[in-house]
Amino acid sequence: MKRSASHTQTVQIVVNGIPRQVPAGISVAAALAQQPPGTTRTSVAGEPRAPLCGMGVCHECRVRIQGRIRLACQTVCAEGMAIDTDAGTAPGIATPCP
Amino acid sequence: MQTTDVLVIGAGIVGAACAHSLVQAGLSVRIIDARLGGATAAGMGHLVVMDDNPAELALSKSSLDLWHALAPQMDAGCAFTACGTLWLAANEEELLAAHAKRATLQAQGVACEMLDAVALARAEPALRRGLAGALKVNGDSVVYAPRAAQWLVAQAAAHGSVVFEQAEAAQIDGHTVTLRDGSQRSAGAIVLTSGIQAPQLCPGLPLRPKKGHLVITDRYPGTVHHQLVELGYITSAHHSDGTSVAFNVQPRPTGQLLIGSSREFDTTDPAVNNTVLARMLQRALTYLPGLADLNAIRTWTGFRAATPDSLPIIGPLPVHPHLWLAVGHEGLGVTTAPATAQLLAAQITGSTPPIDPMPYAAQRFDSWDVA
Repeated sequence: MKRSASHTQTVQIVVNGIPRQVPAGISVAAALAQQPPGTTRTSVAGEPRAPLCGMGVCHECRVRIQGRIRLACQTVCAEGMAIDTDAGTAPGIATPCP
Repeated sequence: MQTTDVLVIGAGIVGAACAHSLVQAGLSVRIIDARLGGATAAGMGHLVVMDDNPAELALSKSSLDLWHALAPQMDAGCAFTACGTLWLAANEEELLAAHAKRATLQAQGVACEMLDAVALARAEPALRRGLAGALKVNGDSVVYAPRAAQWLVAQAAAHGSVVFEQAEAAQIDGHTVTLRDGSQRSAGAIVLTSGIQAPQLCPGLPLRPKKGHLVITDRYPGTVHHQLVELGYITSAHHSDGTSVAFNVQPRPTGQLLIGSSREFDTTDPAVNNTVLARMLQRALTYLPGLADLNAIRTWTGFRAATPDSLPIIGPLPVHPHLWLAVGHEGLGVTTAPATAQLLAAQITGSTPPIDPMPYAAQRFDSWDVA
């Protein structure tokens, strides 16, 4: 298979604990989209969410990257990057203190 | 021409509550709303007893009682949460203000208690160390106001005669409202509840837009447990005419944090003002340093409809016998909507008002000769 020079470089990322090789220079959103289920998070109502706008506006692609919630579409994959989908999933309760 | 007992213009929280109360009083209601967006959808939905003056306390206290009576029937979308408010005292001076506020509220039967520095740190570990204490107002709550407004209209429709129409009122003449498309609706009484849009239909209304910013974070359940407001909010910050910010954070039932607040006069530009936003967030960080590590997902602005004395205008318009006003609720409209609606419905039907209507009467302003 013929590859252009820019695609010969890869980086290893770790998605939900599983290592993956992806082309260098792609966004985390693109990397996630290449492998099913392609989702990034779960809504308050329990629905799956995936990248939508691709330009940092809709916030549907927020994932936990190196422990912090980031927008997958605004973050470029880097060697060793740890990505966890379903960041902040658990719908919380604003529990009144006794 | 289509006629009802009452025509309500504006279906924000105040209009919705008025429709609800008027239907309960046995009247038929038509509601028209132009979907221009107002303070209801832009605000925090904090249900809070405020005591800047006796009239504000009477209206907000009776309204909190009404919200608590409605709460058990409300659906999950209304997100009613009885989280209470903590009025944070940063120093001894503010602690004195907290004690004074406690005395004022308790004299009116509002359940509240003082927390010392240790109890405050235990109640809200995310707050910075060194705060002097707090006043906890137990019954203060939170609601998702846009849904609560829809719910009030739906409740009204389920119990009486309600017509809801998406339309913009262009003119009011006597018993008749002319819509933008030229058609007309008439009613025995017309109730104007369109907030900051109201002066377009009622020139001379002394309302002034007061811009505010809000930020909402991603979900971080358990970070904060009560609505947190700095006492500086009432002791100084927001009383000037200039731009001001004050710390005000609300835990949403989703685990998100809603961060306010800012006040700006003399602008109608809805764009986020990054200078004001930065000041507001810096202020928030001084109380909740951990906010710096959280992810904000939305920032927006809205306009409060402020009167010269910060009390709403509730009651008849002096020079216009069929037109009734429920406007100018500034930042307290979600809190005070139910009591506003009861007061207005009592005046329209001629029954005994639940609280003294005079402090909210339009006659207290002298701008009516131009109307």
